[in-house]
Amino acid sequence: MNMLASSALPSVAASPHAGQLGSVSHVMLKVMLALAPATACGFWYFGWPAFNLWLVTVLAALAGEALCLRLMAKPVVPTLLDGSALLTGWLLAVSLPPWAPWWLGVIGGLFATVIGKQVFGGIGCNLFNPAMVARVALLVSFPVVMTGWVAPIGLTGAQAPGWLESLQLTFGGSVPDAYTSASLLGQAKTELSRGVSLLQTFANGLPVSWSGMRPGSLGETAVLLIAAGGIAMMLMGLITWHIPVSMLLAIAIPAAIGHAVNPARYLDAGAHVLSGGAMLGAFFIATDYVTSPSSRGGQLVFGAGCGLLTWVIRTYGGYPEGVAFAVLLMNALTPVIDRAIKPRVYGRNWRGQPIAPRKEN
Amino acid sequence: MLVPVVILTLLGLMLGLMLGYAARVFAVEGNEVAAEIAAMMPGTNCGQCGLAGCGAAADALVAGAAPATVCPGGGAPLAQAIAAKLGLTLDLGGLADQGPKIAEVQEDICIGCARCLKGCPTDAIVGASKQIHGVLHQACTGCGACVTECPTGAIGLRPLPQTLQDWNWASPSFA
Amino acid sequence: MGILERLNGGRWGVHPHDDHKRPAADTPLRVMPLPAKLCVPLLQHVGAPAKPVVAVGDSVLRGQLIAAAQGAVSAPVHAPSSGVVTAIGPVTAPHPSGLPFDAITITLDGEDRALEAAGVDDPLALEPAEVTRRIADAGIVGLGGATFPSAPKAQLGRKLEVQTLVINGGECEPYLSSDDSVMRHRADDVIDGVRILMHAVGARTALVGIEDNKPEAIAAMREAARAFAAIRICPVPARYPMGSDRQLVEVLTGKQVPAGARTASIGVLVNNVSTCAAIHRALRHGEALYRRIVTVNGGAVAAPGNVLAPVGVLVEDLLAFVGLKEAPARLVMGGPMMGLALPHAQVPTVKACGGVLALTAAEIARPAPSACIRCGSCVKACPMGLQPLEIAARVRAGDYDGAASLQLDDCLACGCCAYVCPSNLPLVQSFQHAKGTLWARAQQKKRNALTRELADARRERLERDARERAEAAAKRKAARAAQQASAAAPGGQEMPS
Repeated sequence: MNMLASSALPSVAASPHAGQLGSVSHVMLKVMLALAPATACGFWYFGWPAFNLWLVTVLAALAGEALCLRLMAKPVVPTLLDGSALLTGWLLAVSLPPWAPWWLGVIGGLFATVIGKQVFGGIGCNLFNPAMVARVALLVSFPVVMTGWVAPIGLTGAQAPGWLESLQLTFGGSVPDAYTSASLLGQAKTELSRGVSLLQTFANGLPVSWSGMRPGSLGETAVLLIAAGGIAMMLMGLITWHIPVSMLLAIAIPAAIGHAVNPARYLDAGAHVLSGGAMLGAFFIATDYVTSPSSRGGQLVFGAGCGLLTWVIRTYGGYPEGVAFAVLLMNALTPVIDRAIKPRVYGRNWRGQPIAPRKEN
Repeated sequence: MLVPVVILTLLGLMLGLMLGYAARVFAVEGNEVAAEIAAMMPGTNCGQCGLAGCGAAADALVAGAAPATVCPGGGAPLAQAIAAKLGLTLDLGGLADQGPKIAEVQEDICIGCARCLKGCPTDAIVGASKQIHGVLHQACTGCGACVTECPTGAIGLRPLPQTLQDWNWASPSFA
Repeated sequence: MGILERLNGGRWGVHPHDDHKRPAADTPLRVMPLPAKLCVPLLQHVGAPAKPVVAVGDSVLRGQLIAAAQGAVSAPVHAPSSGVVTAIGPVTAPHPSGLPFDAITITLDGEDRALEAAGVDDPLALEPAEVTRRIADAGIVGLGGATFPSAPKAQLGRKLEVQTLVINGGECEPYLSSDDSVMRHRADDVIDGVRILMHAVGARTALVGIEDNKPEAIAAMREAARAFAAIRICPVPARYPMGSDRQLVEVLTGKQVPAGARTASIGVLVNNVSTCAAIHRALRHGEALYRRIVTVNGGAVAAPGNVLAPVGVLVEDLLAFVGLKEAPARLVMGGPMMGLALPHAQVPTVKACGGVLALTAAEIARPAPSACIRCGSCVKACPMGLQPLEIAARVRAGDYDGAASLQLDDCLACGCCAYVCPSNLPLVQSFQHAKGTLWARAQQKKRNALTRELADARRERLERDARERAEAAAKRKAARAAQQASAAAPGGQEMPS
């Protein structure tokens, strides 16, 4: 019976005495896995410069996190291993113009983890999505670089820069004009502001693309792979359909109505949903746990708000794209939504009062 | 000339009315905080704090003249509640190792003089002269007024034993 | 879980990936040989503790009453075997605090002499009140873990004209299979108990909810209930906490129990299958509740399985019977989700103890807690629809009232939130702590009200005494003055003006 010597029992603990043994790093790893195909596709379309930018941005995000943790005398390595800073840098990188210079990635990466996250208290405490905070900061600070799109010329195509050339592109000078191209939303905004109707601008058809072979941010053009990654996250139980579906519907429905009323002024639903990072935003950005509501009802409201604001900003605002702004605005509303919309508690009505007993007879 | 004057006058009037309304709606009658704190206290006016009753102690607390640990009967839980209410930092040094206490009569020393009965603010001691006295656990606040009354030292305060019912989990440490 | 349900985040509760019920559930039932002594606790139920009716030195027989019920909600305690009462007093309770509670210690003589027991041939012919009385006399309490005495419960059901009995065969906790074992091996007893209980309550139908991970139990119970149309065997999905009365009632009847109310308020009474088997034995055989089937399981147990053991057996003796293959890292009474960690093995079992687990370090290992990432897993898992992450944030900040405003009271402490939490936060402990603190505050408030009332009464009395004394003194003085006056002026008829 010496196996039961009371000294052998460690201090008692509260139930449950079992668990799923999950961890934050598991969660982050799964999200990265879901994001990987679309990112790889981005590398394939936009070549080595895109990869360089991604690497620089991710490293900068990690460095920013490590710096803050060191300054606050918190454990550095375990926190970096939770993968959240890596994911933040990754999400920022895929939302940048693929051939952007290295310093854009560095500033963005540092901004994301230092200002967007650690200033608020680190993981779980930030009010705004750090990647989108950094993206918006870059957009308002360096508008020209942030809208310098390139046509997808492939990783190995004849025109594509080789690895050495790519280093020169990323770390050297600026993107040669020969490569630059306009995005659909940017073109629409520019031409509309000059008074040219959309019917005229896109007389040869809208340059929408399911495959992602179009100018755009590093990892947002491969919409099918993004959607596949999103559905994979749902099947893994990481996210639910509420935010992505409500966000995409809230973009598509007003777009469809506007287009039906005045096709010369309003882009159609397909153009809105398939470009400008709407898919990336719906599946990977707006679904960020920390900055979105925790109840299903709240998530529907949040997603719908993101979608509607995206469409409003794109259509009536000064910027051609609106996902980042829309997500940040709704992030600010998340605490309010969480306060206002709670799940119905068992045996209570929506207002929290006990339901009336209903007898069976 | 006339328009700005009128506008400023109206603005002043409006803001004044708003202030007046706010003063009426958010009016504080008497010292509510003191009343709330008095309600939190045992209310036995046992005088162990050295002040004239619980009301006086509450006033002293609000005025900052007494520490949050002023009430011996209330113990650590009351001190914590008061500190939270008044936003004080709490030093439980003097109280930390003392849980709630109640009076206990040592029956072999008690001579049945019944003096403690008169001293108890809550009539928590039962008995009559020439009979051994007992303490009603529910009614005793542990103020200790009886201890000083007892001529033979038969009454002492003993810590209330912890039971399964009032045992509680400690607050866990989060990350 | 279907794909659509998965996209929606799943329904409440958790699906423990490995419920660890087998192989223990499939091993034959063993009867534990009598240990040297038993410590039979006086408080094994909700309500007032039983009052000993034996003294140290008394000889007792199996089934003999050793402590009587006190008050309306209480239950008597019977001797599980024959022997001599060697102590009546505190022993360590099966509770993480390690605090003592009172128990009657019986040193067994090993002869297991039984008291003459008288059963009834046809309990269904008895008056319902008589059935309830016999249930009360047998000391039967809810064996699912709630430990509410069964007799007052049945009375309440009769008073509220409950029409439906829900019989809880959920047993959703991983590792445990004692109810499963009762249903497999004693299905006829259970069904008979259900019929007796229906008679006592006056219910018309009984729904027996059994999780679909117990096909053998479902088959045995279907066979036993075949002849009785009023008793329906309803397989329910295996999902923790299906065995919680509120969840089971909703799944079986489609109705929710109002917050803060009993199931009887919606015309349903929930009883555990083991309770029904105990009722059968009490009525048909006159056997009091002094033994039960206990699952002994866990990675450290050499031969896990179900054991028929006397109430009050020490966990130490129980584990010695099944054998240990390694030193357990934690002993748990109950299941792993809601069971209580034991301070050591020298604690007795109680009537409601359906399982004793000896878990290894690997089984209880959990990574250190990290920051909440607001993933919302706990919100999806909570069977009550609460927001554990929000409540925990308030508890952490010391805002207990804020936690209460998020309906902390409705928390079952089922542990689903902590089970799924990727940050491994001690959610259940923080809720228990908050509930305990709120309870202590409420108690203090009550106590304050009482002492204040007493102090006021005393002040009034002292004032009244003083007034009366003053009045009496004044009266005496007046009388004396009048006397003096009459003495001074013998013929005086007029007062000087």
